[in-house]
Amino acid sequence: MNPRILPYVLILPVTLFLCLFFLYPFVLVSQQAFSTGSGFTLDNFKDVMSHWKFPISLKNTLYLAAAVVPFQLALALLMATMVSKMKKGRDLVLYVWTIPLGISDLAAGIIWLAIFEQSGFLNSMMSGLGFIDRPMNLLSYQTPALVFLAIALAEIWRATAIMLVILVAGIGLIPKEYYEAAEVFGASPWKRFTRITLPLLRPSLSTALVLRVILAFEVFAVVQALGGTLFPVLMGETYKYQFELLDGGSAAAIALIILLISIAFTLLILRALRVPKGATI
Amino acid sequence: MSTAATDMPGNTRKAGRYVYIAAVVLLCAWVIVPLYFLLINTLSSPEAVNSFPKSFIPEFDLGSLSFFANFAGMLTALKNSIIVAGLTMIMSIAIGAPAGYALSRFDFPGKELFRMLILLTRAFPLPLLALPLAVMFIRTGLDDTAFGLALVHTTLAVPFAVLITFSLFSGIPIELEEAAWTLGCTRLTAFTKVVLPLILPGITASAIFAFVISWNEVFAAAVLTIENRTLTAFLLQNLDTSPLHLKFAGGFILVVPALIFIFAVRKYLFAMWGIANR
Amino acid sequence: MAVIEIKNVAKRFGDYQALHDINMTIEDQEFMCLLGASGCGKSTLLRIIAGLETATSGEVWIGGRRIDNLSPKDRGISMVFQNYAVFPHLTVFENIGFGLRMQKLPNDEVKRRVERTAELMHIEQLLKRYSGELSGGQRQRVAVARALAMEPDVILMDEPLSNLDALLRMEMRAELKGVLAESKTTAIYVTHDQVEAMSMADRISVMHEGRIAQNATPVEVYRNPAEKFVAGFIGNPPMNFLDAKSAGSGNWTVAGQSFAGPAIDKAAIEFAIRPEDMAPAETGIAATARVVEPLGAHLLVTCDVGGTLFRAVLDSDLVVHPGDILTLAPQADRIRWFDPETTQALS
Repeated sequence: MNPRILPYVLILPVTLFLCLFFLYPFVLVSQQAFSTGSGFTLDNFKDVMSHWKFPISLKNTLYLAAAVVPFQLALALLMATMVSKMKKGRDLVLYVWTIPLGISDLAAGIIWLAIFEQSGFLNSMMSGLGFIDRPMNLLSYQTPALVFLAIALAEIWRATAIMLVILVAGIGLIPKEYYEAAEVFGASPWKRFTRITLPLLRPSLSTALVLRVILAFEVFAVVQALGGTLFPVLMGETYKYQFELLDGGSAAAIALIILLISIAFTLLILRALRVPKGATI
Repeated sequence: MSTAATDMPGNTRKAGRYVYIAAVVLLCAWVIVPLYFLLINTLSSPEAVNSFPKSFIPEFDLGSLSFFANFAGMLTALKNSIIVAGLTMIMSIAIGAPAGYALSRFDFPGKELFRMLILLTRAFPLPLLALPLAVMFIRTGLDDTAFGLALVHTTLAVPFAVLITFSLFSGIPIELEEAAWTLGCTRLTAFTKVVLPLILPGITASAIFAFVISWNEVFAAAVLTIENRTLTAFLLQNLDTSPLHLKFAGGFILVVPALIFIFAVRKYLFAMWGIANR
Repeated sequence: MAVIEIKNVAKRFGDYQALHDINMTIEDQEFMCLLGASGCGKSTLLRIIAGLETATSGEVWIGGRRIDNLSPKDRGISMVFQNYAVFPHLTVFENIGFGLRMQKLPNDEVKRRVERTAELMHIEQLLKRYSGELSGGQRQRVAVARALAMEPDVILMDEPLSNLDALLRMEMRAELKGVLAESKTTAIYVTHDQVEAMSMADRISVMHEGRIAQNATPVEVYRNPAEKFVAGFIGNPPMNFLDAKSAGSGNWTVAGQSFAGPAIDKAAIEFAIRPEDMAPAETGIAATARVVEPLGAHLLVTCDVGGTLFRAVLDSDLVVHPGDILTLAPQADRIRWFDPETTQALS
């Protein structure tokens, strides 16, 4: 086949597929959000945003992201640096650390439920150590801080692995000579990390952060499993509007709001971690 | 750290080494211990799961698992999950791999635009698109079918398939293909006789990755299926009502394939992401 | 009979003109080297002949058949690649037999030809191995054997020795030359290594910026470079150039000395001489030695003649110190002249 046409033939299926199942639904979701059956309107947005739960779920989603993502970034960087100097057992440690990558948010929520539920392992441990006499209800409306903590821990447990993988791969792309050169010029390990690893890791950092931040705004199943209705988040509201209230327009409106926040943060991250042309490895 | 440590006094160095090892062990425990707790709950009788305080050693009772297996609709949900994930796997490789090949082998006008489209999908909360698709599927009769859901999951998985296969193909020197052409191969036979045998393990890995993406997906599955629930959707729907031991057994069944799959693709995990960064 | 004719071949990559209107004929059984620095277009030309690249315009004929619109497999060529391109998933035997299998030759014929070419390349003991178990030199032999087993009309080689270490390269150079002469195929060999080109080729095409600067036998290219670029590219160290002022009636003043040269009506041209074509004498060009490098067989002295760099390869018995002023007499029949505007050789 003509090599001019061949690449287009090869990318055609994906392009068609993404147009049909990505771009087109996106147009539909926007349409649905901006209409209540008769022409263009912002009513859906007004309805959704004036609901008493909206500010809470927005706040919860943002707080959760703000608590989880920086911590994960630091943890993933720490783990990636630790593993990059490892000689023996590197493969095993990496496998263990990346296990959560394959675990769904729902399963992660259930796993942490086993720890935090009333007859769960945290209570069992505390009673075994004599701190408490009888099991406490850790995940109730009286303990919002604990609910938040449980969800945050489950999120950190589950989704640090994806950042770790991206950062380990990124560190692997940085030639060792740079570190040796820096060491010869007298840079301490910490200086080597801040002056070499971090700047050269910017592309990986931005990929990891974008991916992670978007997933953080989509947080849903972990919350459902651990907090249920105690901790409303945006994605959960979308689900509720669609299923319990059967209000597609409002669901679409929240979906667009999530999308907007995601895009804003993506652009922010890409901008902040931009690598000047020609400064790539 | 070991190189910098050489100019420190021996004791500090030794202490640093212990801290390092302790940190590695601690972080491994951080991952494994919660999984172990889930295992205890799964291998305990329903009564033990709901009792207090918990034993920290599993009693190896299959009560919870058999309760899970006999729970109405659970096995169907498991079957649905496998079917949807299988379809997703096949579709995302079938349409993703050719595009990955095109990206690695050709320079063509519009290549950057196409890459943008692929990368764009990652910047969007894709499960949200399940909402309008629900309407679209009802119109086309795809609603509540494994195939319909697999289409949405393929949208999730195919950008990864494109980027991963792109990196795999880029790892095969084009000279090998050119050599095959000069030795009497057409583009197609060069592909099947030279590229394919070399790429097969990698393709398998990315197929497994697509399988896991679908297997784990909750939101779109819950939105798009009603009768034909997948395991994740079924568990989510019954979170409020189902007893604890059912949740834990279900969670365990969700985790097991993931563990195996990550083990199977571990060699490729980092190579795949190294290029996918770009 | 496999004469290769290249007619008006040009190639553009976007705004970049990689090849300008190349015309060339390579005779049957001739060994032609395309020699030039990286980016000169030599590999592009080879890939156009192989069919791995499409020319923007022009025609390629092999054995009286126009082949530029055929796919590589139908051109009667085979090729040896710079990185060998030995298939990692096949044994050496299956690598060498790959092309034969594609032609659907019977098993015993494949076996016979694989064994014969393997023997020719001295790799018959490696037939069961995989590429990962071979050294660079062995892979190189497999790549050549694979190309030869096809019994092609034309064999194309793209820097086949550049990844080998110096000693192995010298060994393979001689061996390859012998094997190719015996196989009676027409060969085109791309290299940036002038020693390789000089020692192996029947004819050399020196390429520069997408054009053929000179197409001639190795000796001719060395002795009578057609343009200044060739003179400065071939030879290690390359030719020396000095400004020459007209002294009338075909005589030219170079560094204060008078030399007989081309009788043309120009105020200034360039004088050129190879470093080894000079000897110390009573009268000659006065050169101040700057760096003295004893090379064993010779003494390489880098000098300064009126601010121009000037090298001389002298007898190793001479004692020269930096700062010494040498009087160097060029061998009269080795002096060449170039036109500074067109950069072409003058006679």
